[in-house]
Amino acid sequence: MNVIFYIAASVTLFSTIMAITGRNAIHALLFLIMSLLSISVIFYILGAPFIAALEVIVYAGAIMVLFIFVIMMLNIGLEKEIERKWLHPRIWILPSILALILMADFIYMVTINNVQEFSGQIILPKQVGISLFTTYLIGVEISAMLLLAGIVGAYHLGRQNKKVMHRFLQKEKFPQIKEESVEGII
Amino acid sequence: MVTVAVEIQLLFAASLFLMGLIGVLVRRNIIFMLMSIEIMFNSAGLVFIIGGSHWAQPDGQVMFIFILTVAAAEVSVGLAIILQMYRHFKTIDVDELKQLSDKI
Repeated sequence: MNVIFYIAASVTLFSTIMAITGRNAIHALLFLIMSLLSISVIFYILGAPFIAALEVIVYAGAIMVLFIFVIMMLNIGLEKEIERKWLHPRIWILPSILALILMADFIYMVTINNVQEFSGQIILPKQVGISLFTTYLIGVEISAMLLLAGIVGAYHLGRQNKKVMHRFLQKEKFPQIKEESVEGII
Repeated sequence: MVTVAVEIQLLFAASLFLMGLIGVLVRRNIIFMLMSIEIMFNSAGLVFIIGGSHWAQPDGQVMFIFILTVAAAEVSVGLAIILQMYRHFKTIDVDELKQLSDKI
């Protein structure tokens, strides 16, 4: 089991280095996703299967999609060249190799079929849920408020800001405002 | 069960955190800085999982769920701020945002 931990840890460190030193944001994001997946393998090894699933679903699934959307929204112009470069297979080889290493790790771990070795300290989702909704109930409510604040803040910041003019000035400047707002939407 | 020493696991988490910190300090692209902050969140959660697995308690996983919530809220607000920044200044380089600095 130790070998699996070391392999997953080295994959994590390598892909994290590649993520923070990358020049292209999408490639760095690809390596960051690999880093998150290998950390989830480590969570599984450490006896936290629920957290491993949550890491894949929430981090690598939801948060990274947000990143991808923002990067795609910011890259205006010269999409054709970039797209042609991104779709080159050479870029996908290294993350694919790392993913295959993790896949071999995981398959070995699942098929090892050694129950005694695993049944030591696995903390099942049931215990986590019981602890979450009894001992830490106040924390759940506080995090709900935090998420509400996040939603409101993201909506407020991401809104298109319209120029507010005084109503005496509106008649002369109206065509200009119209043009600017159309430009802002584009 | 894994039998790697706890010190080595904590060292791994610390090196991951260090990488995130270096990324925040070195990179000037704000998207990379946000990604490095995500790495740091992840390594902090990893420390909680290591502790929970060491003491065989579910509290570490509960704390990781809270960290996940904080990271999700942070990244949504941060990305909205990046969009606003790009809309106003047409750049994602944080060194361009120096309106508050003194003239040197």
